[in-house]
Amino acid sequence: MDRRKALQNVALLLGGSIVGGSVFTLTGCKTEKSVNKLFTQSQVDLMDEIAETILPKTKTPGAKEAKVGAFMSVMVLDCYTEKDQKVFMQGLETINKLSKEKNNADFMKATPEQRLALLISLDKEQKEYQGTKKQDDPSHYFRMMKELSLTGFFTSELGATKALRYEAVPGRFDGCAPYKIGDRAWAT
Amino acid sequence: MPPLDSTKINIRAKLQNTYDAIVIGSGISGGWAAKELCEKGLKVLMLERGREYDHVKDYTTANKNPWEFEHGGKTTVEQQKNFAVIHRGWAAEEAVMDKWTNEQDCPYTEVKPFTWWRSYQMGGRSTLWGRQSYRLSDFDFEANAKDGYGVDWPIRYKNLAPWYDHAEKFAGISGSNEGLAHLPDGQFMPAMDLNCVEKDVAHRMKEHYKGMRHLIIGRVANLTAPAPGRTQCQYRNRCWEGCPFGGYFSTQSSTLPAAVATGNLTVRPFSIVTKLLYDRNMKKATGVEVLDAETNKTYEYYSKIIFVNASALNSTWVLMNSATGIWPGGLGSSSGELGHNVMDHHYNLGASGKIEGYEDKYIFGRRPNGFYIPRFANFYGDKRNYLRGFGYQGAASRSGWGREIAELTIGGAFKDAITEPGGWTIGATGFGEILPYHENKISLDKKVKDKWGLPVLAMDAEIKENELAMRKDIIKEMKEMLEVGGAKNIRSYDTGHAMGHGVHEMGTARMGKDPKTSVLNSNNQVWDALNVFVTDGAAMTSSACQNPSLTYMALTARAANFAVNELKKGNL
Repeated sequence: MDRRKALQNVALLLGGSIVGGSVFTLTGCKTEKSVNKLFTQSQVDLMDEIAETILPKTKTPGAKEAKVGAFMSVMVLDCYTEKDQKVFMQGLETINKLSKEKNNADFMKATPEQRLALLISLDKEQKEYQGTKKQDDPSHYFRMMKELSLTGFFTSELGATKALRYEAVPGRFDGCAPYKIGDRAWAT
Repeated sequence: MPPLDSTKINIRAKLQNTYDAIVIGSGISGGWAAKELCEKGLKVLMLERGREYDHVKDYTTANKNPWEFEHGGKTTVEQQKNFAVIHRGWAAEEAVMDKWTNEQDCPYTEVKPFTWWRSYQMGGRSTLWGRQSYRLSDFDFEANAKDGYGVDWPIRYKNLAPWYDHAEKFAGISGSNEGLAHLPDGQFMPAMDLNCVEKDVAHRMKEHYKGMRHLIIGRVANLTAPAPGRTQCQYRNRCWEGCPFGGYFSTQSSTLPAAVATGNLTVRPFSIVTKLLYDRNMKKATGVEVLDAETNKTYEYYSKIIFVNASALNSTWVLMNSATGIWPGGLGSSSGELGHNVMDHHYNLGASGKIEGYEDKYIFGRRPNGFYIPRFANFYGDKRNYLRGFGYQGAASRSGWGREIAELTIGGAFKDAITEPGGWTIGATGFGEILPYHENKISLDKKVKDKWGLPVLAMDAEIKENELAMRKDIIKEMKEMLEVGGAKNIRSYDTGHAMGHGVHEMGTARMGKDPKTSVLNSNNQVWDALNVFVTDGAAMTSSACQNPSLTYMALTARAANFAVNELKKGNL
């Protein structure tokens, strides 16, 4: 293992923070742009693609356009315990590792179909794990990613106003309003 | 400096610090005390221990869209650590974290688990409250006398009824008149709607229980018609961030502007009342000692009457810290009941189920209210294996994007499915009466000090056999009513109740007929100092099972009226 790789692994174990706040990439000596104490831009890009696989662009915008990767980077930094941060960061690595094993390509380079197949298997895995884990054990990393994707997307402007419907000031209440299949749900 | 001059200065200082009345606290009951006393012509000083929190101007999140919150409504690890008590339940949300009291500055001791959600700022918890507003009835006022727990209330419904009218008319309570003797009707604004599922479930319940059980729209302190200086509820359901429309009752939207308009009100924020000043010869309080929370300087203020409205447990703290040279347990402790009989409403339990159909129905607007199922146990011939009763609050709604979809895990079809509303569910939470047990108590813990070096409260209270038996019934009955209402896949939960978690702390300076067994008389005067009035939750002789704030409003207005009449007669 070369020094840079070793450094990066240590950084990931500690929650990604090393002197200067940047993490060396595996190829070459250029330092990579960090978005905060925990995440690099390329990790945010990866999270965007994970979120987009969970909530893709359909007839309405997808998670990537709603910048859910950036949302995740803030949430994991601010709202996750160190223990959960480690599980999450390690999870990003694991996804790439699994992608390489299955598809011979990083997650970023895998096809949308390959990404979807991989994450469907991880969703099955997390459901099983969540059902059996002890209460104080951290959640499965993919559970974290899925929850953050949903929260990030549906509280984003695009998610709330385009995928869902949003009325800032309804001004009245109707408890028996008509609904037809296909009408979007209220965002709040 | 010559002695004469210094005397003159002291007299002048004392005059500047003298008012007709001092009100300690600016929450629901403090705001009412200030309004009523000011409107009756008294010069009033209102003391608030926390910061200023101005109507509209300081509601900093109230007009933000969901995407303008950095953390999607969640709290940070730092907040989770610093506000550990707030995180025991639903109170922890990104938008309101700066309204909760700093738990490091203001600790308390849990001899037994006790959840204490405090808001030390102008308006107290009146900008955060749940706004459910119900009258007590004579079933409640007579309960202690009938079964022997606690002492008899010194008042009956007829004594409070005109003051409930008065409070409802000003606060603006929307609701429906139902003709139930155990949940008296009132001066209501038009009721909000039940949704279609709730209406049908209400109908099925009424048929099944032959009119002995009711599912009604909640009576809530949100305007359904305009009121002076306030706009009616806009159905945003963001009340606790502060309402820019003044759509619900709070000190800021309602009582404070009314008190200020008289020109008789002085408000002093950052003012921790450390004790009442007591004159043993006159047997009256002469004023209060205030510790400025920002400068740590001490001041004295004087008045003819004092209203203690610091919230149940803190009002009791003030009394416990006062006149200790005469009564080691503090002012009002001569009965041995000060700090005892802690009550709350026990909850954190309920049931829910799915309702099939109604797929062509939805809602418009966010109703800041739900349904209410008034008490039905232990009266009109009904008899249970425990005393007193309980009510429920709940709602029916269509599920949202957080739901699980069978067969769909992630991906485009999953996303499109969850962007449509899911099926209907209906659920309700029980609120049970807690008996007044003498051994449920709070006391001063002098070993632990707050940021200002003041002793903190030690909480030693729990629910007992009667409440535990009632909890089993709350679950059983709710499951049965859901079944009657047509629900399927009914599930119940009971996560246990730590005292205080109902946020309805009560009883630690109870009203009564006898100074030997109660702290306050029938007009909320402290028996040991008749010019001191306590009109918040501390005064409650029993808890009933209804949300109590409306009763505090009525008790406060009634006591203020009495106090001013007594002042005019020269009796105080």
